[in-house]
Amino acid sequence: MINKQLASAEEAVADVFDGATIMISGFGEAGSPIELIHALIDHGATNLTVVNNNTGSGEVGLAALIKAKRVSKMICSYPRTANSTVFPKLYRSGETKLELVPQGTLAERIRAGGSGIPAFYTPTSVGTPLGEDKEHRTIHGREFVLEYGLTADFSLIKGRIADTHGNVLYNKTARNFGPLMAMAGNVSIIQAEHIVSPGEIDPEVIITPGIFVNRVVEIQKPAVESELIAAGVSYP
Amino acid sequence: MTNSTEQVGRTRDEMAMRLAQDIPDGSYVNLGIGIPELVAKFVPEGREFIYHTENGLLGMGPSPEEGFGDPELINAGKRQVTAIPGAAYFHHADSFAMIRGGHLDLCVLGALQVSSDGNLANWSTGAPDAIPAVGGAMDLVAGVKSIYVITQHCTKNGEPKLVPSCTFPLTGCGIVNRIYTNLAVIEVTAEGFQLIELSPGIDFDYVKERTGALLIPLKVNTK
Repeated sequence: MINKQLASAEEAVADVFDGATIMISGFGEAGSPIELIHALIDHGATNLTVVNNNTGSGEVGLAALIKAKRVSKMICSYPRTANSTVFPKLYRSGETKLELVPQGTLAERIRAGGSGIPAFYTPTSVGTPLGEDKEHRTIHGREFVLEYGLTADFSLIKGRIADTHGNVLYNKTARNFGPLMAMAGNVSIIQAEHIVSPGEIDPEVIITPGIFVNRVVEIQKPAVESELIAAGVSYP
Repeated sequence: MTNSTEQVGRTRDEMAMRLAQDIPDGSYVNLGIGIPELVAKFVPEGREFIYHTENGLLGMGPSPEEGFGDPELINAGKRQVTAIPGAAYFHHADSFAMIRGGHLDLCVLGALQVSSDGNLANWSTGAPDAIPAVGGAMDLVAGVKSIYVITQHCTKNGEPKLVPSCTFPLTGCGIVNRIYTNLAVIEVTAEGFQLIELSPGIDFDYVKERTGALLIPLKVNTK
């Protein structure tokens, strides 16, 4: 019988190992799996490479993971955000490295990685500093750069509703990187507000099919990053 | 610099209103952060534009009323927005397929510098201590059919933003179509910056003195 539901966030991240590459869903606070990230901080894995669009805000969620010095490298498109103070400090001191990737290239690298496509050509960044050291090729008279697919050992993703087969629905613009990271993670972990039985979600509306998901955890009332920051919370 | 009497030109709102007049009915439009966002306030009577925000929404509406926002319904600037009837949500790969695949009609962006051959610099000043951050700007300029820049004509220090060649790191090459500033509307042509229209109360020499590259005067109507 297939049942991907685990009892807790703690259990869901228990086998994350030092040096792992972790994809974390979210664009700003929308779609950030705060409870899974906090469980990862408690778990203690370190020397992580983290893929996320940003670098978190305040001292909760992703920013707290970075502050705890568990992240040796960030792969992201926009590490500068209002309320983002943790990453700049560790970046300037050289403790956390940065691979800056244009946002659409980041998304496509993750999709490619999850789709068995090792690399692809894109027009984005041609003629700019971010395209400089990349392989170039002219196709149909236009210049492109080669970008490589990205995969992860673990993906931590926030959904809204999931079933025990791992089918997932998201909330509004919190969908962002979730479906792509589910594809690209060797072990993809979903936290959802509601976990239902197979058949309770209309197959026509499923966004992430369960084959891309390994574990689901129910977090009924997930924390809202901006509310934690407004309340002055610093994790742990 | 110049010693001519200061001329005022358009306000930020007036620049946005002027640009909105040039967007055809039914266009799919992505608005960058800052002055570009103001364009949404000035949709001309009888026209409908669909706004795309690259974090995953087509059919973006205005900010929600106080207390009715959803922290998971935001725009690319991470501010809470609404979704209009007929809106659609999608993941990032679909969102950038719309951008890179040439499905969007227009993108309006701010600028640090624009060169007369249509290069744009708008993501970094290249300062050694700055944290580099690019977001979706390079994807937008690589794929959207038309790129309009909306910007003050000069920097706060009075340096021209319209230049022969950008000195800041580039966002894209040869991609800017039009520039809407407080002083003028300018098209980027094979010959360089072509003046299309002066803002009310602004004369040609005033704009020319504040443009770092050759500015081609309005074509004289000889009819």
